[in-house]
Amino acid sequence: MTMEQWVYPSVYVKEDDFREGRVLYTTWQPRLFYAWDRGTAIGRFLAELKQGRIVGRRCRRCRRVVVPPRMFCEHCFRPNDEWVPLADTGTVITFSRCYITWDMRRLEHPQIPAVIAIDGASPGVGFLHHLGEVDPEAVHIGMKVKAVWKPADQREGAITDILYFKPMTE
Amino acid sequence: MKREVAIVGIGYAGFRPLTPDLSYKELVFEAATRAYAEAGINPRTDVDSFISVAEDLHEGTSITDEYVPDQLGAVQKPVQTVAGDGIHGLAMAYMQICTGQFDIVVVESHAKASNILHLGHVTAMAMDPVYTRPLGVHPLALAGMEMRRYLDESGLTHEHCAQVVVKNRAHALSNPLASYPAVLEVEDVLNAPPVAEPLTQLEVSQHVDGAIVVVMAAGDVARALTDMPIWVLGIGFANDAFALDSRSWAQAEYARLAGQMAYRMAGIRNPRATIDVAEIDDTFAYKELQHMEALGLCAPGEAGYLVAEGYTSLEGELPVNPSGGSLGVGHLLDASGLARVLEIVWQLRGDAGQRQIPDVEVGLAFGWRGLPTTSGAAIILAN
Repeated sequence: MTMEQWVYPSVYVKEDDFREGRVLYTTWQPRLFYAWDRGTAIGRFLAELKQGRIVGRRCRRCRRVVVPPRMFCEHCFRPNDEWVPLADTGTVITFSRCYITWDMRRLEHPQIPAVIAIDGASPGVGFLHHLGEVDPEAVHIGMKVKAVWKPADQREGAITDILYFKPMTE
Repeated sequence: MKREVAIVGIGYAGFRPLTPDLSYKELVFEAATRAYAEAGINPRTDVDSFISVAEDLHEGTSITDEYVPDQLGAVQKPVQTVAGDGIHGLAMAYMQICTGQFDIVVVESHAKASNILHLGHVTAMAMDPVYTRPLGVHPLALAGMEMRRYLDESGLTHEHCAQVVVKNRAHALSNPLASYPAVLEVEDVLNAPPVAEPLTQLEVSQHVDGAIVVVMAAGDVARALTDMPIWVLGIGFANDAFALDSRSWAQAEYARLAGQMAYRMAGIRNPRATIDVAEIDDTFAYKELQHMEALGLCAPGEAGYLVAEGYTSLEGELPVNPSGGSLGVGHLLDASGLARVLEIVWQLRGDAGQRQIPDVEVGLAFGWRGLPTTSGAAIILAN
């Protein structure tokens, strides 16, 4: 059975029809520019990244330590209490080998985005980053990883001050 | 099903042109903390549903409702976003409570206008992409054209519009939350640089950052929570035709229809005689006049004369925008309507400080969604 019985007999629109103006359309290039205030919690977090450190916040009521930090505990709904220095090591919670970029270009060598539980934060709490210096096939849930930082003089107070996390050699 | 519904807590944060010290989440947390403390509730256990009023392009983030729960205490609770003015969110909360499924509903809206580097480009995204945007007309020109047509049909003058600016920025002098208090003369307003004639720069409200959180509760729950519930007597919302070729350029049809809906629910036949205080959208100076007339607070073509003779001043018969309005307080994008409600709630509770109006029993707040929309929402509150 062919597809033809499901398709109306018609003339298909071809690229030339657009190019030569036989099909009319309008385009618009959005020009949207924002500069987001980082605020108290993320401001400190980024300033510490610039120094090569990862910090979280602890809620004394539920004892959770969260990173990236916020100034309030979303479970207890109260201001949380203190800054906590964390390690720059952690554990892979989940990961993917991704063969497309965010703007849909094919990759020969995959990106390996992973959610990493940061050591010192509450279990399962951490953030998304890349894995590097690793055999893609060797990545596994539970893998211990460590941050690889940009050189100090190139850090700018951004999540990208960490280049990626790499496996820790036991 | 109709139920009694009241505002039992309202909190604010920010209300400054710049707030680099606080993220929008931190602003909302502060506003929510105030609102919950007033209502005497714990959001984690007492609130049944949360509503956020937000516009993705104002946030620079799509599906902004996903970012709402943490700072509201709404994690693992029913949450949704309403696009519109903040008062549209109150209407949604009202309806949710009327279903009988929800007793306490929270409404949030905030503005981080300072984080939008080119608001004009954002507003341009609201214009029709095929037959309006390519013309390259700044959205503020729509306000200029509407103002011209309104003045032409109403017989009012530019001086009448300027009086609104003088009044509202003077009102802002007694509002500690206001960012734009000023002592101005009509001439200052008329001689300010034109933006889109006849609209001058001083007739356009300037933006501030801020957050407002409102707690609404069903009748008996509200009475149990507070000795001073502020009751919702009526609420309404409406749109005119959006298309520039067929909308009403002189009258604010959306305001007339939204007002009618709210008055009908409240059983109000003569708004001018019933309303003691009004907070009405004044994104542009002429909008306050246009909205007053559409909301039936005066006859068509009368609003400008009422402002000029002081009828709508703090000491007048019917004070309009005692807070200073958007011209005096600052415009809070989608949260602007809730800023109007904030003042009405304070006036009805007797908490308005220096600018307290004596003997207020019924107040009206009206919000407009802003250029280039024809969306408006009205709420009538009583103590």
